[in-house]
Amino acid sequence: MIGFTLNTRPVTVDAAPETSLLHALRGPLGLLATRFGCGAEACGACMVLLDGEPTNSCTLPLARVAGRQVVTVEGLGTPEAPHPVQAALLELQAGQCGYCLSGIQIAAAALLARNPAPERAEIAEALAGNLCRCGAHNRILHAIEAAGAAMRRAA
Amino acid sequence: MTVPVLPQSLRDNPRPAQWIGFVPGKRVRLATGKVELGQGVLTALAQIAAEELAVDPARIDVVSGETGVTPEEGFTAGSQSIEASGGAIRLVAAELRARFLAAAALRLNCAPAALDIDDGTVLQDGAATALDYWSLAGAVDFEAPATGTVPPRAPGQFRYIGRPLPRRDLPGKLFGGGFIHDLRPEPLRHARSLHRPWPGAALGPLDEAAIARAAGGAVRLIRLGDFAAVLAETEALADRALEAAEARARWSGGTPRPAVPSEPLALLGAEHAERVLEVPAGRADAAASVGRVGARYLRACLAHASIGPSVALARWEDGRLEVLTHSQGVGMLRLALAQALGIAAEAVSVQHRPGAGCYGHNGADDVALDAALVAREAPGHWVRVQWTRAQEMSVVPFGSPMVVDLAAEVDAAGRPVSWEMTVTSGTHGQRPGHNGRTNLLAAEALPGATPTPPAPDVPDAAGFGGLRNAIALYDLPAQRITHHLVARPRMRTSSMRGLGAHGNVFALEGFIDELALRAGEDPLAYRLSLLSDPRGRRVLETVAAMSGWAGRPRGGEGVGWGIAFSRYKNRAAYVALVAEIAVEQAIALRRVWCAVDAGLVINPDGAANQVEGGVIQAASWTVGEEVRVGPEGVETAGWEHYPILRFAEVPEVAVRFVGDATDPPLGLGEVALGPTAAAIGNALADALGVRVREMPLSRERIAAVLLG
Repeated sequence: MIGFTLNTRPVTVDAAPETSLLHALRGPLGLLATRFGCGAEACGACMVLLDGEPTNSCTLPLARVAGRQVVTVEGLGTPEAPHPVQAALLELQAGQCGYCLSGIQIAAAALLARNPAPERAEIAEALAGNLCRCGAHNRILHAIEAAGAAMRRAA
Repeated sequence: MTVPVLPQSLRDNPRPAQWIGFVPGKRVRLATGKVELGQGVLTALAQIAAEELAVDPARIDVVSGETGVTPEEGFTAGSQSIEASGGAIRLVAAELRARFLAAAALRLNCAPAALDIDDGTVLQDGAATALDYWSLAGAVDFEAPATGTVPPRAPGQFRYIGRPLPRRDLPGKLFGGGFIHDLRPEPLRHARSLHRPWPGAALGPLDEAAIARAAGGAVRLIRLGDFAAVLAETEALADRALEAAEARARWSGGTPRPAVPSEPLALLGAEHAERVLEVPAGRADAAASVGRVGARYLRACLAHASIGPSVALARWEDGRLEVLTHSQGVGMLRLALAQALGIAAEAVSVQHRPGAGCYGHNGADDVALDAALVAREAPGHWVRVQWTRAQEMSVVPFGSPMVVDLAAEVDAAGRPVSWEMTVTSGTHGQRPGHNGRTNLLAAEALPGATPTPPAPDVPDAAGFGGLRNAIALYDLPAQRITHHLVARPRMRTSSMRGLGAHGNVFALEGFIDELALRAGEDPLAYRLSLLSDPRGRRVLETVAAMSGWAGRPRGGEGVGWGIAFSRYKNRAAYVALVAEIAVEQAIALRRVWCAVDAGLVINPDGAANQVEGGVIQAASWTVGEEVRVGPEGVETAGWEHYPILRFAEVPEVAVRFVGDATDPPLGLGEVALGPTAAAIGNALADALGVRVREMPLSRERIAAVLLG
């Protein structure tokens, strides 16, 4: 059994320690927002926050998660109480297929937590590990700027 | 009396009951054969129905892509959903509304003209009555075929059309779930499949026990000829089993392919079918030739490269097969699955569920057969198959490489007096059922399978495949266009966003630019001097104004501007596009301006999103993407070998719609691909003073041209 904190609640998983966090999330833990894209840490679709840092979960063994804090998209916000990044993505319709948006939400939330007023280039840099194939990049960049502005107003 | 020409979708599915129903809870059921691919089409179709029925779009539930349930509308492809399905829904909804008003007039003993409908409730002289769609539904005929004779609402009356409406599917996808990947019907088993790395390869023996030992759990190996799959209780175990099976798989025989320096050039000289298209002259004044200009343009082989891998779920029970898929055509997939499995189509039901972004004929259909084959070996279970990243970028159909040769004789004024074009390409159409074959990957590996014969290309009536947008819309002398359809390209090729238009518009608009420069004229002015189509002129003039074309920087110095024009398929939306780039060793994309005439635009924000996305995807194809094939199979089967444009590399994109709302809607999902490629190519030539005619316009190609 491996224990860690998932979206502020303690959880234990009965799985081999080499099992990836992604498999644990989508399997026994039943959280589906974290997505498989490549299995090689190259696209960012599977990003979670690990102790606050955006981290690809597809190759991350559970053994390395033990005792740590994991936040997934489900922990960022809900339709009723969305994270500012989620609210802005919807407001600006910043997505097409939406498959890449889970990892992008995670990377953006981590960026804005440490810098709520990033320059465009800093946002792009924070998304260096995230791929989008539909070409929604500019809308996503605008939405993250808008989310930062909303967070600054609320602060 | 003239009989209206109904959209094909309505001719094929004429009964209103096939499209629209009113269900308890004051909900409206809208059925369409078109499917959500990430392009927002279901939102726009609901918007059309809401407009014509006069109901709030939030009342509408859309059922999409289910065999035996939704209208059969072929593939969701070719930028046709709004024209075909939207056109049908618009006419059906308008006619149903008229039938309801007639029924209400009978009840209320008044003239229909005294009645109106507001959010489904009948109004009499502007006041609400007790009647609504739901109470009146029993009195209205949903079976009598729609005639298309009730005029839809005019632009001045629109409540919903022409306004931005948020995507109905986006919240579900943003907060988790929402994709076919997330379905977990019970009892569920997970499978992974093994596919041949090259055509005709034979799979050596595989040991189930050894695979299970290596994977560390209970694994079933399924072997059907040269197709294999592993089946397990969890995804994690199925992944480990696949890894073990792939490590042990020995492939031999067949036709492995040596690496070549250029995939497009490798098409030349290969066995092909030739046809010639003669396009009559668009200008009468034939002046004397003073010289001949010719150029060869190349397009690389391209991958769909969706962020999410292909997935399907299948259940086999009592001789019946149920399939969940993100295919673009559930009806054609159903027939192909039945053919591949040797069962009756009636025994197969196929339902669409949203996948990751779909840009054409990807692995969705293939993985559905994988799931069906495994499900047949494990009756009663739902079998979920997910492809690996490597499979997603190697065993799928690709966009064909292309060689486009252009030649023209020009007069003293620099205008063409003869025009020849030769397009050499693999097929752009090899979807399930296209040539009477299933065209499903695993089907060719099954015992007793016969090799697939060469596929024909997409029919002319569907907008051409390799020749898509090969006919120039300029006022040219007679165009002689030759198509070499290569019988057996070095990779599987089929429909990918824009089909031949990406290569052809890159070539045509590059060549027009070369002629303009040769004549010493501004590329915009030269184009306008050869273009009498008023809608074409308007998009060009608009994009010139948007971008400040006349005041653009001149003289290279590492910055370049390029312009391009096309009308997708020569019958969908008009696009003119300006690109600004900077070049040091590689291209840095700065800004793109795009003017589009798509006639009536249903959802302007959704439409802009499609065009913006098309620009960025095409920019990625154009500057950096290239599938390479070698003796071990596809060599670019991962993001490290097939990079796509990143957040720090995308240009800013401005899109403006200039169409007239009284013109019918024109498809726009694929319109930006060709012009984007051409504008970037022209901008590169502007920046360098020499032209790179081979995509991708990579650092290496730029260096090669600069070094001469």
